Amino acid sequence: MATSPGNLAGTTGRGGVEGLGSLGIHATGLTKSYGGQRVLDALHLAVPSGSVCALLGPNGAGKTTTVRILATLTTADSGTARVAGHDIAAERTRVRRAIALTGQFAAVDDLQTGLETLRMTGRLAGLTAAEARARADELLERFGLTEAAGKLARTYSGGMRRRLDLAASLVGRPRVLFLDEPTTGLDPRSRQELWQVVRELRGDGATVLLTTQYLEEADQLADRVTVLDSGRIAAEGTAAELKSRVAGHRLDLVLTSRGAYEALAGRAVHHVPDELTLGVPTDGSAAHVRALLDELDPDRTAVDRFTLRTATLDDVFLALTGADR
Amino acid sequence: MTTTATLSARSLRMSLRSPDALITALMLPIMLMLIFVYFFGGAIDTGDGSAYVTYVVPGAMLLCAGFGAASTAVTVCHDMTDGVVDRLRSLDVGGVPFLAAHVTASVLRNLVSTSLVLLVALAIGFRPEAGPTGLLASAGLLLAYITSISWLAAALGLLARTPEAAGGFTFLMMFLPYPSSAFVPISTMPSWLHGFAEHQPLTPLIESLRALLMSRPAGDAPWTALAWCAAITAVSVALTSVFFRRRTR
Repeated sequence: MATSPGNLAGTTGRGGVEGLGSLGIHATGLTKSYGGQRVLDALHLAVPSGSVCALLGPNGAGKTTTVRILATLTTADSGTARVAGHDIAAERTRVRRAIALTGQFAAVDDLQTGLETLRMTGRLAGLTAAEARARADELLERFGLTEAAGKLARTYSGGMRRRLDLAASLVGRPRVLFLDEPTTGLDPRSRQELWQVVRELRGDGATVLLTTQYLEEADQLADRVTVLDSGRIAAEGTAAELKSRVAGHRLDLVLTSRGAYEALAGRAVHHVPDELTLGVPTDGSAAHVRALLDELDPDRTAVDRFTLRTATLDDVFLALTGADR
Repeated sequence: MTTTATLSARSLRMSLRSPDALITALMLPIMLMLIFVYFFGGAIDTGDGSAYVTYVVPGAMLLCAGFGAASTAVTVCHDMTDGVVDRLRSLDVGGVPFLAAHVTASVLRNLVSTSLVLLVALAIGFRPEAGPTGLLASAGLLLAYITSISWLAAALGLLARTPEAAGGFTFLMMFLPYPSSAFVPISTMPSWLHGFAEHQPLTPLIESLRALLMSRPAGDAPWTALAWCAAITAVSVALTSVFFRRRTR
């Protein structure tokens, strides 16, 4: 996939109503329950036009529900949202004309070729047969699928299917793009290729909301990251801000007794009860580690041994979402 | 209209490329017809003195339509579960064109396969005596039946949570020709079955086709058959609307 400056999503195609500095996505108080279980709790989200926002969170955090509500595929129990300047409840058709959605599972027909898929999508998006053909050729070229254009999608690799799916979602030149876990299940190389595509989309001025379970992915692609946990926003900011909010290292303490473990468990971001081990965030400096040990264990009886570890992205994630508690 | 045509073309293209479904839908009814004509037919006295092949053709055609419609339920269910319907809805394609496309493709598929059954029947000695009016009326009835069970299949496809379950739901559709006058006269069945066999929707349909194709008086059977088809279509269309809304909430 070359990084030519061609217009991938084509924000100029439909004549945007939102000007510079406006919001591509603006959600207020979105709430949704399924069978008494609250999956989304008064979610607020503001994504400036032309930026990439990542919704980061574990399974069940409400990421997919958020995307489905904003893409008008399901309705919120309460709350409102505007997507590309249109109200998702009152102007559903206008929203749908402005958006595209790539779901967790590539919605690609095994028994159609790449070319047929894109031409069909073009026709469904309202293009004439000739326009659909031209747009299909253009997208196949851009997504490195020209050679495979005439082959059935069932012969495609996982990465090729995702690319075809993403290409299909771009046929109608959306101004707002929803990518629901676009790289889940992809090998590292295919993931890199998809990241490149998303970067190009941003370059074209499209607003992108992507969901992911990987902080690294959010770090690579997003201008701003919203961390979701159990339907609520756990943290928000740039990837750098989020990383600085949690300390860069973790002090793993092996405690001397169950009592000491219980007493200190609330301070920890990492818990291994069977080994009486707790992990506490630290910046890793000698001064901080010394102060931390003194603070946690003033009598010098609670802590048996310790190890200092560099925090992984997973630690950051767990610290922000509380998934470990 | 463009949307429905585009999606119908998709369905037809895909069914042409799934040979297993195609072979099942085409070969099974033909095989069953051959089995009935050559294996069982000799032992069956239909009571009207005509060759058994003449007796069995309408039933074989309906059986074929049943098999074809069954695959529609499975494809609808596939689209509902594998993300296709989300893509379509995000393209602002509604439930009506989506389902109309599946039904259109189903009707076209079934017209082709029932015609094939008819061709095979002609090859093994079926000789219809109907004039143009009778043939046209037969074709019309068959079309009404195929349309009604295609909508029914679409509804079942929306009801089922997995394509496998959708396949299971259509079992009834494929079984329905047996307790009717399709293969043996109802009078030869146990008496407790008569009530059902005489009043189920397929019997007036089969009796009408038999009469129309052989230029015999059909009585009011064609109207009863049409009423059944209209009722099944109306109920199924209503059900698809309810089920689709429930599935896409």
